[in-house]
Amino acid sequence: MSAMTVNLSVVSAEEEIFSGRIESLQIAGTEGELGIMPGHAPLLTSLKPGMARIVKYGGEEEILYLSGGMLEVQPNSVTVLADVAVRSDDLDEQVVLEAKQRAEEHMNAHGGDVDYAEVAAELARVTAQLRVIQATKKKV
Amino acid sequence: MAGGKEIKSKIASVKNTQKITSAMEMVAASKMRKAQESMAASRPYAQNIRNVIGHIALGNLEYRHPYLEERAVKRVGYIVVSTDRGLCGGLNVNLFKKVLADAAKWQSEDAEVDFAVVGSKATSFFNNMKANVTAQVSGLGDRPSITDLIGSVKVMLDAYDNGEIDKLFIVYNKFVNTMTQESTIDQLLPLPKSDDEEIKHRWDYIYEPDAQAMLEQLLVRYVESQVYQGVVENLACEQAARMVAMKSATDNASDLIDDLQLVYNKARQASITQELGEIVAGAAAV
Repeated sequence: MSAMTVNLSVVSAEEEIFSGRIESLQIAGTEGELGIMPGHAPLLTSLKPGMARIVKYGGEEEILYLSGGMLEVQPNSVTVLADVAVRSDDLDEQVVLEAKQRAEEHMNAHGGDVDYAEVAAELARVTAQLRVIQATKKKV
Repeated sequence: MAGGKEIKSKIASVKNTQKITSAMEMVAASKMRKAQESMAASRPYAQNIRNVIGHIALGNLEYRHPYLEERAVKRVGYIVVSTDRGLCGGLNVNLFKKVLADAAKWQSEDAEVDFAVVGSKATSFFNNMKANVTAQVSGLGDRPSITDLIGSVKVMLDAYDNGEIDKLFIVYNKFVNTMTQESTIDQLLPLPKSDDEEIKHRWDYIYEPDAQAMLEQLLVRYVESQVYQGVVENLACEQAARMVAMKSATDNASDLIDDLQLVYNKARQASITQELGEIVAGAAAV
């Protein structure tokens, strides 16, 4: 089955993150985790903050962090329009941990007058980043 | 030595102008590099979203979004992207000519034309010709942000939603290379169809969560990203055109200085000859 591949391009507003042939893609949609293989039916979905695991042609893996966006699947091409996408190697665990702590403190400290939705979204983002970092570590 | 002094001061003034133009050339060159980088960075997104939209326009979707429907054209809208400052050669003029030619074509089919303008050059041009300008934004600077543009885009999208305009175009200069900028008119709405041959049969997407919400979100993003890309490309074009214009101005100034120097030398020689002649004539008389 190694011959079955599909073209993937991951772009954010600032740059092109990934472009090439892949064997499979695992990504976090708003309705749940998605696994995309070559020949998938046309699909249009929005993405939530989370990681994208790409298996490149030849079996090599790459992990990306996405802060949300949209995914379009066509049988012969997959496009990820990301709001922000970062290669997992570029994420700094220390910075992310600090950000998580800040978000948690913020949530606990103010109780009533904080915009709960905003803080929760922030927390979801950093948690997703952490998961990406941990997944990368496991791989190495 | 008649005229010598005037020529000398004229040479000095041309030299000063030359200094200014060559400084502007260098400034434009360095700004162009930055503008080119930001243009290249956002190009893949704009291109990919255009592809996705092309696929959507081809599909038989369960939810027909108004942006997908071709309507009888009674009124068309143009978003015209121009520069804020002049001294960039024929960049803006060529663009305006192209828009007017295109608009005239619609007008001959009894359609009226609205403009949303970006940049102060387009603002003054379309106000002067008393065109129907519905939205205006200028002073975006060297690093435009999407938020600055959303207002103007929204005016046009609302007009489209309310059925006031039936087609929407974006007009900007496309950056080919430093020497070539191509004035381009792209159709934004209704969505241009993709020419991908492989998906011609009837099909529809699987939507998560919901077709209408997804399409709304995607289409607004699409229009915004296309307009933003137009603005960024136009900025790179502006700097490139200015660099070229200033370079030729500097070269012209050199030519002018050479010519003036020749005239000056001739005048100087003539006056010396004349003086000599007078002295010799005087000596002969004594």
